[in-house]
Amino acid sequence: MGKKKIEILVGAFVLLGMLGLVFLALQAANLGSVGGGDTYTVQARFDNIGGLKSRAPVRSAGVLVGRVTRISLDPASFQGVVTMEIERTFQFPKDSAAKILTAGLLGDQYVGLEAGGDDANLAPGETIAQTQSAVVLENLIGQFLTGRADSAGAGGAAAPGTGPGQ
Amino acid sequence: MEMLARLGAVALEQFRGWGHAAFFFMDLLRATPASLRRFGLVVAQVHAIGNRSLVIILASGLAVGFVLALQMYYALVTYGAAENLGLIVNLSLVRELGPVVAALLFAGRAGTSLTAEIGLMKAGEQLAAMELMAIDPKARVLAPRLIGGFVSMPILAILFSAIGILGAWVVAVLLIGVDAGNFWSIMQTGVDVWRDVGNGIVKSVVFGIICTVVALYQGHETEATPEGVAYATTRTVVISSLWVLGMDFVLTALMFSTP
Repeated sequence: MGKKKIEILVGAFVLLGMLGLVFLALQAANLGSVGGGDTYTVQARFDNIGGLKSRAPVRSAGVLVGRVTRISLDPASFQGVVTMEIERTFQFPKDSAAKILTAGLLGDQYVGLEAGGDDANLAPGETIAQTQSAVVLENLIGQFLTGRADSAGAGGAAAPGTGPGQ
Repeated sequence: MEMLARLGAVALEQFRGWGHAAFFFMDLLRATPASLRRFGLVVAQVHAIGNRSLVIILASGLAVGFVLALQMYYALVTYGAAENLGLIVNLSLVRELGPVVAALLFAGRAGTSLTAEIGLMKAGEQLAAMELMAIDPKARVLAPRLIGGFVSMPILAILFSAIGILGAWVVAVLLIGVDAGNFWSIMQTGVDVWRDVGNGIVKSVVFGIICTVVALYQGHETEATPEGVAYATTRTVVISSLWVLGMDFVLTALMFSTP
């Protein structure tokens, strides 16, 4: 084989590798969606963040507008502090609300932003005041069970009086 | 006492072997810049190591993608989560299977041929003849092969992952009928370029260096007999496979320990 031919083959090999990398980066991964754009940072404090993770999506009306970058615990108030980056093209009013929601029944948790009515927008670095914590399944079941027990207790106490005599 | 002495001898022999291999690696690194000046040699080695491994890598990647997609589909469809198939196949390929399986195949396909080639050169005293002519065989023969492996391995691993994902797409979207939009978009939200794809490439670079250095060392240290070359070729596959699997655990623990 001539030297030229080998060089052409190696060039094709390297080019193929680059094409594979471009495919992996653009088609099979998230380069180009969120992360490369211009963003600003806001914070929100939650009583309970549930299973929220770093890099979880931030959505408004279901549309991806940013990502969670950092999660920490405020040592004074024992609240979870969620730091998120939002794309600069999306500006939200100052009184917007942040909720921790779940995609589907068993899906990942994400931050949902609901726009408020204030004229001023959230400035970079500001904290969202209105938040709603994640729904923790154990608490929910606990509430349901105590609710059941209460109504059953009330029903049980009423039953002898109202029921037909034996 | 006799036992203790034997244990000591075995341990010393082990350390001597490691030290020998480490010095060999250092020599090789020192010879690398000189070999870059004769770039034609490197290109020829990329062709011999990379291009010629392409067929087996692509075929294996496609087969792995097919099978992963089918198995994941059977498992996921019971939970109604068949759309997540693409994400699972992508993550397992890009993070683990791509670099590791490509490296194991690389050790079998390219490593053995390197060991046999160098071993026969040594058995035929070609390396000694070069030294007599004041040509450093490490710079002329070994270093271009090291660069060839260093360049080829990441490309092969990338292609393995890429064709595996395409194979999964063929099975999931074309044959089974999973929704194509969900297939790609779930994949895109779940896979991070730097964390997943980037770390996979770092792994494959490490594996490429390991496989090539082990193959060259075994070839260079082979006994100058047919049995010696055969034994060295076998050892190349065993040692590089064990190193790849062991290093994969270490690298995974380092890279993906924090969520």
